[in-house]
Amino acid sequence: MFKNKQSIKNPISPLILGFIFGIVFGFLLQKGGVTKYDVIVGQLLLTDFTVLKIMLSAVMVGMPGVYLMEHWGWVQLHPKSGSLGKNVIGGLIFGVGFALLGYCPGTIAGAIGNGYLDAATGGLIGIWIGTGIFAALYPKLNEGILKVGDFGDITLPELLKINKWIGIIAVEGLILALLLWLENLGL
Amino acid sequence: MRLLTELQWSPYVVGIGIGILSWLSFLILRNPLSCSTSFAKTSGMIERLLRGKKVAEKPYYQKIKLSINWQWMLVLGIVFGSLLSAALSGDFSWKWVPALWQEQFGSSPFIRLIGAMLGGIFLGFGARWAGGCTSGHGISGTMQLTISSWISAIFFFVGGIITAFFMFGLVR
Repeated sequence: MFKNKQSIKNPISPLILGFIFGIVFGFLLQKGGVTKYDVIVGQLLLTDFTVLKIMLSAVMVGMPGVYLMEHWGWVQLHPKSGSLGKNVIGGLIFGVGFALLGYCPGTIAGAIGNGYLDAATGGLIGIWIGTGIFAALYPKLNEGILKVGDFGDITLPELLKINKWIGIIAVEGLILALLLWLENLGL
Repeated sequence: MRLLTELQWSPYVVGIGIGILSWLSFLILRNPLSCSTSFAKTSGMIERLLRGKKVAEKPYYQKIKLSINWQWMLVLGIVFGSLLSAALSGDFSWKWVPALWQEQFGSSPFIRLIGAMLGGIFLGFGARWAGGCTSGHGISGTMQLTISSWISAIFFFVGGIITAFFMFGLVR
């Protein structure tokens, strides 16, 4: 029944759509050079700013579009809820892996497509082990550290109690300033 | 189309492309672009294959559901999209050890394999702990101005920069 409803609403299956989006995403990541260990670790060593440039320009373009579409009622936002225990500690653990592995979950898929065997073997198996350990520890973590400093799914304009369009313009301006500064430094 | 066979595009062109892809993702997939949950699903599915149906009863797997969804297919699509791009530009190559790693840790594939696996463990564990990765938090979450995503993205880089500086002997 559920399947029928879905197919009436959307003639193409979400699985096929996801695959098509993935092909475009992977194509862009490879053309950007971020399927490469040297580019990602170069970013973490602060010698190559490709990763930051891609991420920040994606955010600059994505943000106004997504907020406008939400304003027109076309889409819903999906803010993730979080806590200090979750995002600070989780972020730091992720960062250790980011530097050691030299790929992230999206770019490792791209690295595999690029033929990089360290990604396809050790890296992929490692991620599966890591997520498996988390799944085993989840009940305990979820009752403890993941709850510490909970702030929910709040957004920056909500936190600062400002108009969301002002928040968007301010963040756009800050990102633009950062990118211009990086270019100015020749990075 | 010469553009498609070029070795590398400007990071801004790629970023704009990903930004537009994000609009379409919200509009068509009804979800932001994200990746890391799919690795947890696959891990759970492999464990279920090895250890039986009980695995799926773990609370975390009840939460994320051990089934293939749009995001799982997206991650699979990334492999093929990257392969296509690399094949068109002649950038595809089988390689065990990245150049930068080799400079610091030598050309042994085994050492690199251990490093990659250890890194993968931290990365997978940390992505699930933080509730997202460089795509879900770093791009999709930050563009929604979500606080949890900005904090995560900043600490991905803080942790990554500190670790990379130690690995490459820039801190002593």
